[in-house]
Amino acid sequence: MNTIEHFVDVLVIGGGTAGPMAAVKAKQANPALRVLLLEKANVKRSGAISMGMDGLNNAVIPGHATPEQYVREITAANDGIVNQKTVMAYAQNSFAMIEELDRWGVKFEKDETGDFAVKKVHHMGSYVLPMPEGHDIKKVLYRQLKKTRVEITNRLVATRLITGEDGRIAGTFAFDCRTGEFHVVRAKSVVLATGAAGRLGLPASGYLFGTYENPTNAGDGYSMAFHAGAELSGIECFQINPLIKDYNGPACAYVTGPFGGYTTNSKGERFIECDYWSGQMMLEFQRELAGGNGPVFLKLDHLAPETISTIETILHTNERPSRGRFHAGRGTDYRERMVEMHISEIGLCSGHSASGVWVDEHAATTVAGLFAAGDLACVPHNYMLGAFVYGKFAGESAARHALEHEHAKVDVGQIETERNRVLAPLLREAGLPPAQVEYKLRRMVNDYLQPPKVTRKMEIGLERFEGIRHDLEQLSARNPHELMRAMEVYAIRDCAEMAARASLFRTESRWGLYHARVDFPERNDAEWLVHVQTHKNERGDMACFKRALEPAVITMNEADKAAYHQLRIPASQPAAERIPA
Amino acid sequence: MSLPVFALAQQRTTVPVRIDEDKCIADKGCTVCVDVCPLDVLAIDLTKGKAYMAFDECWYCMPCEKDCPTGAVQVDIPYLLR
Repeated sequence: MNTIEHFVDVLVIGGGTAGPMAAVKAKQANPALRVLLLEKANVKRSGAISMGMDGLNNAVIPGHATPEQYVREITAANDGIVNQKTVMAYAQNSFAMIEELDRWGVKFEKDETGDFAVKKVHHMGSYVLPMPEGHDIKKVLYRQLKKTRVEITNRLVATRLITGEDGRIAGTFAFDCRTGEFHVVRAKSVVLATGAAGRLGLPASGYLFGTYENPTNAGDGYSMAFHAGAELSGIECFQINPLIKDYNGPACAYVTGPFGGYTTNSKGERFIECDYWSGQMMLEFQRELAGGNGPVFLKLDHLAPETISTIETILHTNERPSRGRFHAGRGTDYRERMVEMHISEIGLCSGHSASGVWVDEHAATTVAGLFAAGDLACVPHNYMLGAFVYGKFAGESAARHALEHEHAKVDVGQIETERNRVLAPLLREAGLPPAQVEYKLRRMVNDYLQPPKVTRKMEIGLERFEGIRHDLEQLSARNPHELMRAMEVYAIRDCAEMAARASLFRTESRWGLYHARVDFPERNDAEWLVHVQTHKNERGDMACFKRALEPAVITMNEADKAAYHQLRIPASQPAAERIPA
Repeated sequence: MSLPVFALAQQRTTVPVRIDEDKCIADKGCTVCVDVCPLDVLAIDLTKGKAYMAFDECWYCMPCEKDCPTGAVQVDIPYLLR
C-alpha cells in the first residue's frame, strides 16, 4: 500500500461546523496560505449539523442579553468550573458571528420589525434564536469554502497527530476509508475540530449507531489530542441528554417551550422550572424517571392545532427530519399524546456540557501549533454558535502560527510505527470484528460509567477497558471501511478510560447527574473548585491533575451561584410521597 | 436424516435504507447518496448499476434521501428503534 505525503501550511481536521469556519477564516486572514480541510465523511453533509440546525441556543444579542449576563449564566449552569475568559471571548463575538452568518445567507427568525426574535429558555437570560429554515446551513458553509478556495479532502480518517522533535505540532496521519491508502499530512499548524465523543455509551436500543451525536463523531479528536500530549479538561462532566424514548433526537423543549410546550411527569405535572439542559436539570429528570412519577413526557397536547402544525414543520424537517417518521410508526400525534422521553447514553461534548480539549480564549491548546474548536474544545455549553466563534478564533490563530513557523522536524520512525498500527487490522485474516469489540466496550461503559457513579464500579470498568486494550491487537478488518470502524474503537476505548479516570479523580459530586458520585454525594468547593485535567504524563500513562481556576472576569454573588441549584418545582402532594432529594 | 449444512455464522439484518431500483440512476454514473452519507454505508452494485446499503450503520439522518435526484432512496427507522 502506498504512503501519500501532503505539505500544507494550515491543516483543519473535521469538516462539520467549527472546521469549515476555521478553514475559511485562516484563508481570509492570509489568502497566500495553503489551507487543507480534511474530512472523514463528505464536507457537504458531515458533522452534527449534517441536515441543518433548528436554532441558536446561546445567541448573545444586544437588547436581549449582554456578554456579562451570559458569562454569569454559564458559570452558574456549569457549577463554577469554567474559564470565564473563554466564555467571555465567545459572548463578545457571538453577535458579530450571527451578523456574518446572516450575511452569508443563514436564515434566523426575525420579528415584523426585522429584529432577531430571541426567546427565553435558560434559567436567567434570553439567548435562544430559532432557525425554522436552518436546513441550508451546510450549503452556506460549502459556498464559503469554495469562494475562499480552501482545499478539501473527503473520506480521509485522521488517526494520530504528528508531533515534531521540538514538541510542536507537525501534522496528522490519516488513511482513506475507501482505498486504505496511508497519508502523511505535514502542516505548520493544525486545527482539531472533530466533534464530540458521541459513540461512548451504548443507546438502550442496542443499535450502535443510534446515538444522540452523529456517530461519525466517535471521539477521534479526544484520543488524538491525548496522544499528542495535550491537556483535556472536565472529562468527568459527561454529556447526558433528555431525549425521546428510543429515538435519538431531543424532545426539544427549546423549540417547543416558546410555543407553550413543556416537560411533565406521568401525571401531566411540571416538575422542573427550566428546560435548559444542565446536569442539575438532568438529575431532577432522572429522579422523576426513577421515582413513582415516571416516565417523563414532553407535553404539547394542550396547544392549538395550528401551533402544533408549526412545531411539526420545525421539528420534522430540520435538524433530525426522521423524527416525524418515528412518531408516525408509533402512532404518536402531538395533538393527542404526550411524547415519552428518556435519558441518553453518556458522551463527551463541550458543546452541551464541558468535556473537551483545553483551550484558551484564542483556541490554543497546550501543544504549540495545535488549536481546537467546536464540540471537542473545552468551552462549556458552547453549542453551534460557539463552534463557529471558536472556529474563527482557531482559524485566525492557526494562520498566524503558520506565518511565524516553519514545518517542524519529524522523526521518520514515528511514521513507520503509525503506519504499521493503522494498517495491521487489514493484514490480519482472522481476528475480532470491530463491531463486536465496539459493542462490548460500549456496554461496559454503560455498566460501569453511567451515573450515578460508583467508585468500585468505575475501578472494575478500568480493568475491563484495560482488557479491551489487548483485544485491539486482535482486531481484523476485511476492507478499508471496517478499518475505519476498527480505528474508531481505539478512540472510543481511550475516551472510556479518560471518562473513568477523570471521574474517579474528582472525589465529590458536581453538575447534578453529570458527575453524581454515590460515595461522595456532596459538593466540596473547598477542594474541588478547580478544573480536572487529563493528560499523558512523562511515563506515557494517563493521569489527572488539578488546574486552578483562572481569575474571575465576572464576580458571582451567592444568588447567581445558586441559580441552578433549585430546579425542582416544589411538589404539591403530601411530603411523604415526594422523591427523596 | 442428515444434518443441514450451513456456512459459518452470518448474522442477517434488516437494513434501514431502501433503494427503488427502477428509479435509481447509478448506472448513469450518479453517486450522490454514496457521496453524502456521513457514515459511508452506501455503495453501488457495479453488476446491477444500483445503489445499496452495504453496512448496517445508519444514523437515519437522511441526506441520502433528500439529495437523491430521482427520489429513489427511502430511509426507515432501524427496526430496533421502531
